[in-house]
Amino acid sequence: MKPLDSLEMPRPAGASDPIITVSGLTKTYASGFQALKKVDLEIRKGEIFALLGPNGAGKTTLISIICGIVNPSTGTVVADRHDIIRDFRPARTKIGLVPQELTTDAFESVWATVTFSRGLFGKPPNPAYLEKILKDLSLWEKRDSKIMTLSGGMKRRVMIAKALSHEPTILFLDEPTAGVDVELRRDMWEMVRGLRENGVTIILTTHYIEEAEEMADRIGVINKGEIILVEDKHVLMQKLGKKQLTLHLQHPLASLPPELQSANLQLSPDGTELVYTFDTQSQETGIASLLRRLNEHGIDFKDLQTSESSLEEIFVSLVRGRA
Amino acid sequence: MNFYGIKAIYLFEMARTWRTIMQSIASPVLSTSLYFIVFGSAIGSRMASIEGVSYGAFIVPGLIMLSILTESISNASFGIYMPKFTGTIYEVLSAPISAVETVIGYVGAAATKSIIIGTIILITARLFVDFSIEHPLWMIAFLVLTSVTFSLFGFIIGIWADSFQKLQIVPLMIVTPLAFLGGSFYSINMLPPFWQTIALFNPVVYLVSGFRWSFYGVADVGVGISLVMTLVFMLICLAAISWIFRTGYRIKA
Repeated sequence: MKPLDSLEMPRPAGASDPIITVSGLTKTYASGFQALKKVDLEIRKGEIFALLGPNGAGKTTLISIICGIVNPSTGTVVADRHDIIRDFRPARTKIGLVPQELTTDAFESVWATVTFSRGLFGKPPNPAYLEKILKDLSLWEKRDSKIMTLSGGMKRRVMIAKALSHEPTILFLDEPTAGVDVELRRDMWEMVRGLRENGVTIILTTHYIEEAEEMADRIGVINKGEIILVEDKHVLMQKLGKKQLTLHLQHPLASLPPELQSANLQLSPDGTELVYTFDTQSQETGIASLLRRLNEHGIDFKDLQTSESSLEEIFVSLVRGRA
Repeated sequence: MNFYGIKAIYLFEMARTWRTIMQSIASPVLSTSLYFIVFGSAIGSRMASIEGVSYGAFIVPGLIMLSILTESISNASFGIYMPKFTGTIYEVLSAPISAVETVIGYVGAAATKSIIIGTIILITARLFVDFSIEHPLWMIAFLVLTSVTFSLFGFIIGIWADSFQKLQIVPLMIVTPLAFLGGSFYSINMLPPFWQTIALFNPVVYLVSGFRWSFYGVADVGVGISLVMTLVFMLICLAAISWIFRTGYRIKA
C-alpha cells in the first residue's frame, strides 16, 4: 500500500500558499452598524489582490482589522502564520499599510517621518534602504522639506514611503490612487509591479476598476459587508464578460426577418444597427454563421465593431444583482 | 520588547519639544519668574517667614510643582491627542508595539520635558531667592515621580478628550485650582482647621508638601504619606491606562 501522503497532488511551490487567512470575521461598530458579516478570505503569497466594492461596503474595515487598527467582533485573521491578535508582533512586522486618508504629520520632515516609521516597526536604522525608497518614489529631493509644504501627490508618496520603511512582505494599499494625477498613478503601479517581483504580496482597494483589471491577479468583490465573489481575474472576465458585435447597416431595417430572430440578436430602435451578443468563453461564437445568414437575406452593413464588457460593468452588475 | 519603537516615539515627541522650544520651555520659565518677582520679591519681602523659611524660598518648591503638574498634563495630553486628531495614530496602532511600550514612549518624553522645565525653574529661582536643598536625592525622586505620574494622567486626558475644549478643561478647571489650593503659596497649617481637613483631600497637597520637605525639611504632612499618596495616584493612572488599552477606549473602534 502506498503511504497516504504520496497520494496528494504536488502543490506548486509558494505560489498558492495563503499568506493571509481571514476566517469568520465580523465587525459590528458601537453604533450598531454591521460593517462585516462573516468574511472568509484567503490571500495568496506573492499575488496582487484587488478588493472591489462600493463605498461603505466594508473594504476599509476589513483592512483596518487585519492591520490592527480596528478590533474584530468575532473571527480570526492569520497573517504569515501568526494570529494578528495573539501574535501581533511578528504578524504586524510583516504588514505595511497605506491608508486611504492623507494622514500625515505636518511639521516633521520627510526624512524624519520615514525614520520614525521604521523605528516604530522595530527595525534598526538603515539610512541606505530609506534613501533607496525615497529615491524610488522621487522624494529624495524633498527629504528635508516639512510634510505640510508638500503637494497632495507628494504626501501620498510619503505615505507609501512610510509603509515601505520597515520592509513589509504584505502591503495594503487602500485606494492609493484616489485623487492622484496620471503620472503619479503610473509611477505607483510601476512600483507595485516592482514590489511584486520582489515577492511582496499586495492587497489593494481601488475605485478605478481599470486598474484592478490591469494590475490584479485575483479580484474579490465585497458588498454590504460580505465577500460576494473571489475569482482569478481572467476567469472572472471570461465567466461574466460579454462581447458584443455591432453592425452598422447600409439600409435601415423595419424589422428582423423571422428566420434571424434570436435572443442574441437585437435590432436598434431606429433600425440602423444590429447588435449581436456572444459569449467569449465558448469556442463557437456564431459570428461566421451570422454573417453568412445576413448575406443570404441581402442585409448589407457598412461597418462593424466589437466591444467587451469591462470589469466595471461586471462589477456593477454583480453589486446590483445582490442589492 | 520593541526598543526601536519606544525610541522612535520618544524621539518624535522630544523633537516636538525642541521645535516649539519657546512655547515649551521659555513660557513656563517666564511665568514662573513673574511669580517670583510678584510673590517672592515684592510681596514676600513683607511676609513673615514660615516655619523658619523665608517666604520667597518657601514658595520655590510649590512653584516648581505647579509648573510640573500643568506641563506634564498639557504635554502628555497633547502628545497623544494630536495623532488621534490628525489620524496619524493609525501607524502606532498598526505597529508591532505593545501598550506598555507606547506609554513608555509618550509618557517618558512628556516626563523628560517636565523634568527639564523643573530644573530650569529651579535654576531661575536661585537667581531671585537664596535657598538650599536638604535632601537632594529625595528632591530628584519627587521631581521624577511627580513628572511621570502627571504625564500618565495627561496621557489619560489626551485619550479621553475628543475636542480641543476637553483637552483644556481638566487642566484649567481641576488641576490649576487644586495646585493653587494645594499649598504652593502657603502652608496648609495657616488655614482654619475645617479647611485644613478639606485640603487633605487634595492630592496636590501631598506632592507639594513632600517636595518642600526635600528642600527644607519642613512639611505639612509626613513625607512617608506624601510618597505613598503619589504612588497611589500613579497606580490609579496605570490601572486606567491598562483599561484603556484593553478595551481600545477612544482609540480603537
